[in-house]
Amino acid sequence: MDDARTASRGPAIGASLPRLEADDKASGRARYADDVRLPGMLHAALLTSPHAHARIVARRVAAARAIPGVKAILTGADLTGPLGGGIVKDESMVARDKVRYVGEPVAAVAAVDAATAQRALEAIEIDYEPLVPVLSIDEALAPGAPILHEGFGRYVKTIEGGGGGNVVFESSIIEGDVDRAFGECDVVVEGTFETQAQHHVYLETNGCVADVDASGRITLHVTCQSVHHVQQRVAEELGEPMARIRAIATRVGGGFGGKHASGIHSIAAWLARAARRPVKLVLSRMQDFEIQRSRHPARIWIRTGARRDGTILARDVRITTDGGAYADESPPVLAFALLMSRGPYRIAHVRATGRAVYTNKLRAGSFRGFGNPQASFAAESQIDELAAALGIDPVALRLQNAMRPGDTAFGGQPVASCVLQACLERVRDAQRAAPPLPVLPGRRRGIGFAAMSHVSGLMGTAAAVQLRTDGSIALSTGCVDLGQGADTTMVQICADALALPVERVGYAPQDSDSSPYNWKTAGSRSTYMTGRAVAVATVELRDRLFDHAAELLECARADLELRPDGRVGVKGVPMEVSFKQIALRSLFHAGGPIATSHGFVFDGPGFDPKRAAVHQLAFANLGVYTYGAHCVEVDVDPGTGAVSVRRAWCAHDVGRAINPGSCEGQIQGGFVQGMGYALTEAMQWNAEGWLVTATLADYKIPGILDCPPEIHPIVLEDPDPTHPVGAKGIGEPSLVGAAPAIANAIRQATGARLHRLPMTPERVLDALDALEASR
Amino acid sequence: MRTERVHSLLQVNGEARDLLAPVPTTLLEALRDSFELTGSKRGCNHGVCGACTVLIDGRPARACLMLAVDVGDRPVVTIEGIADANGLSAVQRALVASGAIQCGFCTPGFVMSLTDLFSRDPRPSREAIRTALSGNLCRCSGYVKIVEAAERLAGLPAGPSEPSGPEATHG
Repeated sequence: MDDARTASRGPAIGASLPRLEADDKASGRARYADDVRLPGMLHAALLTSPHAHARIVARRVAAARAIPGVKAILTGADLTGPLGGGIVKDESMVARDKVRYVGEPVAAVAAVDAATAQRALEAIEIDYEPLVPVLSIDEALAPGAPILHEGFGRYVKTIEGGGGGNVVFESSIIEGDVDRAFGECDVVVEGTFETQAQHHVYLETNGCVADVDASGRITLHVTCQSVHHVQQRVAEELGEPMARIRAIATRVGGGFGGKHASGIHSIAAWLARAARRPVKLVLSRMQDFEIQRSRHPARIWIRTGARRDGTILARDVRITTDGGAYADESPPVLAFALLMSRGPYRIAHVRATGRAVYTNKLRAGSFRGFGNPQASFAAESQIDELAAALGIDPVALRLQNAMRPGDTAFGGQPVASCVLQACLERVRDAQRAAPPLPVLPGRRRGIGFAAMSHVSGLMGTAAAVQLRTDGSIALSTGCVDLGQGADTTMVQICADALALPVERVGYAPQDSDSSPYNWKTAGSRSTYMTGRAVAVATVELRDRLFDHAAELLECARADLELRPDGRVGVKGVPMEVSFKQIALRSLFHAGGPIATSHGFVFDGPGFDPKRAAVHQLAFANLGVYTYGAHCVEVDVDPGTGAVSVRRAWCAHDVGRAINPGSCEGQIQGGFVQGMGYALTEAMQWNAEGWLVTATLADYKIPGILDCPPEIHPIVLEDPDPTHPVGAKGIGEPSLVGAAPAIANAIRQATGARLHRLPMTPERVLDALDALEASR
Repeated sequence: MRTERVHSLLQVNGEARDLLAPVPTTLLEALRDSFELTGSKRGCNHGVCGACTVLIDGRPARACLMLAVDVGDRPVVTIEGIADANGLSAVQRALVASGAIQCGFCTPGFVMSLTDLFSRDPRPSREAIRTALSGNLCRCSGYVKIVEAAERLAGLPAGPSEPSGPEATHG
């Protein structure tokens, strides 16, 4: 082992240290977007569309402008630049010619206080010509369907891939000879599964404060998943160079993918520029439901075949997702759903095809799991159906077909690290070993399993490390902590590599003016990607320390060792110098300030064109694979259809647990968010396209009494060879297994197979009735 | 929109605070916007999420559902009034030490609900803890570590969901 290049040297990695900012959060001092208040700050309010689909015919704002205290008004008439958006540039911060969902912003006002801004909204008149709304996948694909985006063919797209009509994107992955392989199968199961729109329900809604200086340069204080993304998006939408836009992250009260982008940043910045005063725009809970993003509803037809001995030979999958009014993340979410649809199994012949469509509802976007929860609900439910048809235990069937190290993922990417079998065995054995929990009176108990894979990686990131005068370290990354503990994790990786206590590492908040680039806090990528950058940059800093120490101590570099509390010594003898002595030498005598940085873009292998035919996958390579398995005990009330999750075991490979407590928190929280997806959470629109579940009273996320007291995280460590300290991500996988594991437990308890999420009491009863009728 | 302002005198965290605000001003708006006590959070403004929980006359209340003018002379304690002479209170320290804090937006509300619980019952059972927290939503944690923090504070033995730490799968 090469001492100098090994990142982990100290005690900081593997310790469940309290969050660096925990005291701030516990005491109410942590500042979130709505806590920012600046001198002269105006308050913004949004006028939103009452129509799901309509043409804007006329706008009248003179009366609103005349109200005292109104300082700026924005409508689509003020916007003439190119459209914005993600892969397909199809949207505008406020609607221009058409509105495409109820709640779409059509005007914004900045005024001296919120009440004045509201009065101004009431004075704005917008004339609409209503059009027929398209509210479902079937309506979007029907012959002669109204077209949401007549100009789709002219839109700028960073990846081509749309079809005609209302189809945003089409893609496919094909391996092997699926049709021939089905002919060799003894048992084939087939079914269609449907999933709903889930909202992220971060406890802090989206919001920002946009400030402006005398030169017109804009600074946003923003709750977000990337200051660099906010900066880029706002610059594009305002037609400013990025140098004129600065984004600073506030504390973020949860993100889960739902803060990856928002048009309100540009609206606030536009109003601030127009009014030449700071503008606060924080969404109400209802507006956040109406205008942000959801998880994609999906319809998944899936067919799987196996030999009598349990060898799974073939799978055929067709996924259609409902992307809502604007493309946003629909292309990559669809592609990732396809990629995950094989599941973590050795299946030689797989065909996955899909399309995403436009409808007149809230745009769907990224949400923890990114297409995987939909695909895995269908695929893992079907594995249990296949096991039943084969007469094989569902865990045994999974173990038999599980991927192993050295296998390839769907698409042909080699997988170096895979502990899926251990994950399955651990949850199975833990459940068996647990003291039996009495079944609730009148209920039926079921035990369900699900296995899953996910990816952590993607795109570019960087870290910068500097030595300060007293030997302390200044660490800086662009990774915004959404609450998962990224700040503490980065500091632990850095401190560990220098054998320093974490208190000696200062961590900079994210600021687009000074933070090294980071794509986003998303894709379970922070610990893997930014953590890698931190580890490499810190090791380079250590090399610089050793250069100085070798000269100061007049010895060879190879004779040096790192000692605790910021010292470099000569092996075998007490001679040593402190980081402080090195810092002072570098700053005042020789060498110059010690500062290192490391940046990279995900550099792992991509798809293998010799193995897989990949069409429009929206990405070339993704990241390293992670594996996990869930087991749940569920009690079902056959009289009411109510489902109670009583206990859960969730085993996940994290490569290496930098902060085990944070890993456990991610697993438990992810499981519960997945349980909400499974049982209660559903955004619903009425026949006019109005969202009827836009409050926390109507949209039910799990409360404490809905949750099992026991959610056992099982954190497995199989160090990833591509990461200096072996770590992989755990942010998303923990959500993925919950819904299929619960569905499989309901099936075991009652015999009824549910094909739709959420599995509400009504649907459970319907499934029980259908089962009764079929007997 | 009514703009007529009324004057009220509130007792917040042991201090008399003057408020001149329109009648529909909620206690939460008064705390956050007029008194700059931003620790109480606006998570839903509908009385569902519990992030704005404060103590009024020693009992938990949702500041978003109460008009400031209705508080009268009843003492209000917010998250800013919770810390004791040692800095954080025992409830706060337990949440920090147990890793129960993630994004932190719900945390002030949980602190207030637990502060109320422990003031009534220093040794609550797990069921009492869960019931006391049933009006607070958390989207990050799955609630497990929050309950563990409270159980530790209550001196209860470590529950069956006590973590066992990560396990190496190789070597």
